[in-house]
Amino acid sequence: MSEPVLLRNVDAADGHLLSTYEADGGYQALRKALGEHTPDEVIDLVKQSNLRGRGGAGFPTGMKWSFVPKGTDRPKYLCCNADEGEPGTFKDRIIMERDPHQLIEGLAVSAYAIGAETAYVYVRGEYVTAIRRLQQAIAEAHAKGYLGRGVLGSDFNFSVHIHCGAGAYICGEETAMLESLEGKRAQPRLKPPFPAVAGLYASPTVINNVETLACVPHIVTRGPAWFRGIGPDKSPGPKLYCVSGQVRKPGLYELPMGILLRELIEDHAGGPLPGRRIKAVIPGGVSAPVIPESGLDVGMDFDSLAAAGSMLGSAGVIVIDDTACMVKVATRIIEFFHHESCGKCTPCREGLNWAVKVLRRIEAGEGAPGDLEQLDRLCKGIFGNTFCALGDGAAMGLRAALKHFRDEFVAHIEARRCPYH
Amino acid sequence: MTMREKIEEAAARYPDRRSAIMPALLIAQEEHGHLPGPVLEEVAEILGVERIWVFELATFYTLFHTEPVGRFHLQLCDNVSCMLCGSEDLLKHLETTLGIGKGETTADGLFTLSTVECLGACEMAPVMQVGDDYHGNLDVARLDALLQGLR
Ligand SMILES: NC(=O)C1=CN([C@@H]2O[C@H](COP(=O)(O)OP(=O)(O)OC[C@H]3O[C@@H](n4cnc5c(N)ncnc54)[C@H](O)[C@@H]3O)[C@@H](O)[C@H]2O)C=CC1
Ligand SMILES: Cc1cc2nc3c(=O)[nH]c(=O)nc-3n(C[C@H](O)[C@H](O)[C@H](O)COP(=O)(O)O)c2cc1C
Ligand code: SF4
Ligand code: FES
Repeated sequence: MSEPVLLRNVDAADGHLLSTYEADGGYQALRKALGEHTPDEVIDLVKQSNLRGRGGAGFPTGMKWSFVPKGTDRPKYLCCNADEGEPGTFKDRIIMERDPHQLIEGLAVSAYAIGAETAYVYVRGEYVTAIRRLQQAIAEAHAKGYLGRGVLGSDFNFSVHIHCGAGAYICGEETAMLESLEGKRAQPRLKPPFPAVAGLYASPTVINNVETLACVPHIVTRGPAWFRGIGPDKSPGPKLYCVSGQVRKPGLYELPMGILLRELIEDHAGGPLPGRRIKAVIPGGVSAPVIPESGLDVGMDFDSLAAAGSMLGSAGVIVIDDTACMVKVATRIIEFFHHESCGKCTPCREGLNWAVKVLRRIEAGEGAPGDLEQLDRLCKGIFGNTFCALGDGAAMGLRAALKHFRDEFVAHIEARRCPYH
Repeated sequence: MTMREKIEEAAARYPDRRSAIMPALLIAQEEHGHLPGPVLEEVAEILGVERIWVFELATFYTLFHTEPVGRFHLQLCDNVSCMLCGSEDLLKHLETTLGIGKGETTADGLFTLSTVECLGACEMAPVMQVGDDYHGNLDVARLDALLQGLR
């Protein structure tokens, strides 16, 4: 795949304007969907494409849409998850800032498919530029009849509203997001029922990530076979990879699903900083278990990374080199999860609190024999026992750091200091 | 538009007025700088919702400030990517230059210093948000120039 698809407008000076978007075929997918396809046919196209959720869990998008009940009187809602809180992730921000119409067209086609007349885009409050650009784009799209009553002369009515988040990572968890949209504290709900059946205001609701929705117009115009032809058949498509940390060319890269992690870092992101060696990489935001350098020949797709004991997650690739202390990195990650725990369930709230204390003590050179076993026990107590995936993500990450870099933890305890400082 | 009109406009976007509490708090905070008790009560009154619902959200979400903050809120990211790219040194530098610690405001009320979780701009780590703007690829020299520009 030489030509970028999702990022084709992001380097244009006026990529955020409707005129730029329309100039190379923008809103043709919406025209085509409304003019040539029934909603069910659009769902089928997305099913055939094997598009999987780019928010991190990789759930098949077409299948999720088909769970929305037909023939109910209740309104249906589409929610776009633009909360993007996973450390190491910045792809959704760049789409919204530089090519917001791509998202709006994705929203319109997706809403048509599931029968929703209203969409809420839940954007994290820090993304002020993205919010402004989206607002401007919504107004432009309205004026041109891509949104509003009778979209493009059809009988499809559709409006998009922005809901600003206010600084809570947990709002990215879809059911916590629904609580937040309903004006409540963002604490996750029990699933099932899944939101597709009973979501916002107890109505059928589809929640999709920004990048997932941005793929939809391309599937409609270029066809599902094109999409499936990129990357592995079971986890296909163009993919955005966010590369950051100790690497020469940090940035957002669009490459096929399944590209080797090593190739992404060495060939595209410029490899390690001068005179350094890569020690480890977190491939999918801090919820994803760390991979030691020896494991970098893994495909960046949902199934290959799961088989390798990690996960694609949000594709936030964080590069860690030989000057960094893994105990410190692990401590910082668990501090993050502890800070963002919503407090609803005990294993996450208390377990992470305890883990932070033990980790800080080890990093400070005050670790005691038995601390690592204590951390192992805490991971075991948290994993699989929490209400939402936040606790699981924290435990999986810590477990991987303890497994692959145990010698660094031991060195801290034995030397009674951090060997890196 | 008055604050009340802005809040009414926001409320019209939802089938339930409770959903408009967050947007209303953002509007009120923009108006007043922070969210003291009487402002929260006014928001509850405008929306016609339980006061406790408004207070609960104002304290749950970190972007809402119930206490005043300085004219420039320096929010330095210290999550993993920024940490790996040197945010700790920047924090130390800010603390010594401004003579305040994390969570504090300078005596002249100009700067409040905070560390924050990932700002979603790790490609330009280390990053600091000041007001609405992101400043990336920071080092000590750039930081000094930035502070100079703000003063
Ligand atoms: N992008 C980001 O900033 C972040 C992403 N994540 C990712 O989030 C993931 C976990 O997300 P969850 O939503 O808890 O995963 P999940 O597996 O519970 O759900 C994934 C999606 O599929 C839907 N779904 C699953 N089973 C369904 C069924 N039987 N019927 C209807 N719909 C169904 C859910 O409603 C949801 O939309 C992690 O893998 C992590 O990578 C985590 C933190 C931040
Ligand atoms: C703690 C937590 C935080 C999450 N944060 C986000 C997020 O910021 N953005 C996102 O798209 N998905 C996030 N997710 C995943 C969502 O719950 C959900 O799976 C996703 O939005 C579905 O969209 P998709 O199918 O298009 O991926 C998070 C999950 C958890 C458990
Ligand atoms: S796992 Fe953590 S974030 Fe999730 S519901 Fe429990 S306490 Fe809240
Ligand atoms: S870690 Fe600092 S912006 Fe992401």
